[in-house]
Amino acid sequence: MFKDHFRKVSITASTMIIFSLVASAALSISYFLTKTPIEESDARAKRMFLNQVVPSNLYDNNLVKDTISVEPNPLIGNKKNIDIYRAKKNNQVVAVIIETIAPDGYSGEIKTLVGVSQKDKILGVRVITHKETPGLGDYIEVDKSHWIKNFDLKSLDEMGEKEWAVKKDGGDFDYVSGATITARAVVKSTYKSLLYVKENKKRLFAS
Amino acid sequence: MSDIKKIALDGFWKQNPGVVQLLGLCPTLAVTTSVINGLSLGIATAIVMALSNGSISPIRKFVPTEIRVPVFILIIAALVTIIDFSIHAFIEPLYKALGIFIPLIVTNCIVLARVESFAAKNDTVPSFFDGLSMGLGLAMVLTLLGALRELFGKGTLLSGIDLIFGSSASNLVIHFFSGYQGFLLAILPPGAFISLACLIALKNHIEAR
Repeated sequence: MFKDHFRKVSITASTMIIFSLVASAALSISYFLTKTPIEESDARAKRMFLNQVVPSNLYDNNLVKDTISVEPNPLIGNKKNIDIYRAKKNNQVVAVIIETIAPDGYSGEIKTLVGVSQKDKILGVRVITHKETPGLGDYIEVDKSHWIKNFDLKSLDEMGEKEWAVKKDGGDFDYVSGATITARAVVKSTYKSLLYVKENKKRLFAS
Repeated sequence: MSDIKKIALDGFWKQNPGVVQLLGLCPTLAVTTSVINGLSLGIATAIVMALSNGSISPIRKFVPTEIRVPVFILIIAALVTIIDFSIHAFIEPLYKALGIFIPLIVTNCIVLARVESFAAKNDTVPSFFDGLSMGLGLAMVLTLLGALRELFGKGTLLSGIDLIFGSSASNLVIHFFSGYQGFLLAILPPGAFISLACLIALKNHIEAR
């Protein structure tokens, strides 16, 4: 009796183990096979956005090659060293592009690119990746709505800390009801990246 | 052949997952704010359902009944992740349109429901076909739901079609009323419940006649 039971349990358990192993193996194989193409496709998407956050007529250098690596900083939310792109005209830095991570989206991180001119004005913001609810929180994508263009030409000088918030919180930015958290996260991360540029102005804009 | 016909009829009408089984409502109601969103999620779900039914059916005899549900979930989750990776890596335009919906599908209980009630008892080909027709039946309901909500909520149809077929398709967007202010309720979650209720009522009305 006990022997039979033991036999049955071990068969069940080993079946489960075998299936888990096969599934894990299949996942790791597909992860490694797709890792490079996925990185390339993300890099392509990022390059496309670079020209949207800093207009290409403002600079004459190769953005992708002209980067400085900066260490983790809570203001831009990076956990590893990250490259900041620098747009130069006649060897003067005219703008920088910062990749920021908003950790507090509705479902996970929202990665954006923020272009900031040497006059500390925002040239453009674009969302690179996010996991917000489709049809509700995805209005932060430029393809879906013009919301993200609200940031254009905004700066810390013209707007106080209080105005850097969604209208519901007494600030200056529109939001879609039902997806306030999304707008809040992007406004906050954009604000913090402007603070970051201000604090690190000398280093970022040194030619 | 008559089997296949019956399966298709079940998927699209008699046992339609969207208006009869009422399974998988969580992503359904959140996403169907426009025709294109509904259709995209529907197609992504149909792909996953066809593949998960088709891959679980051949191994059903090796899975002891006590642990079938965890094994099925394991396989579905792995499959969805692999599909997600592959589309992202190799079919970038499709990923831009559907990618955002794919992780939502893991949470969709209609996938597990069809595996459990059909693929676990039937051969591979009918199972594959069951997944496909259930998925397409759901896609049909999602598209209708999206159409209702978009029409009342924004006064348009097919907005966002350019994201799938390129910017040349943007003139296919239909605007019904000029200067329509929008009816927010239809876009918000309660609008989804109300529209779905209308669809179910319509189906029952047709059946009752």
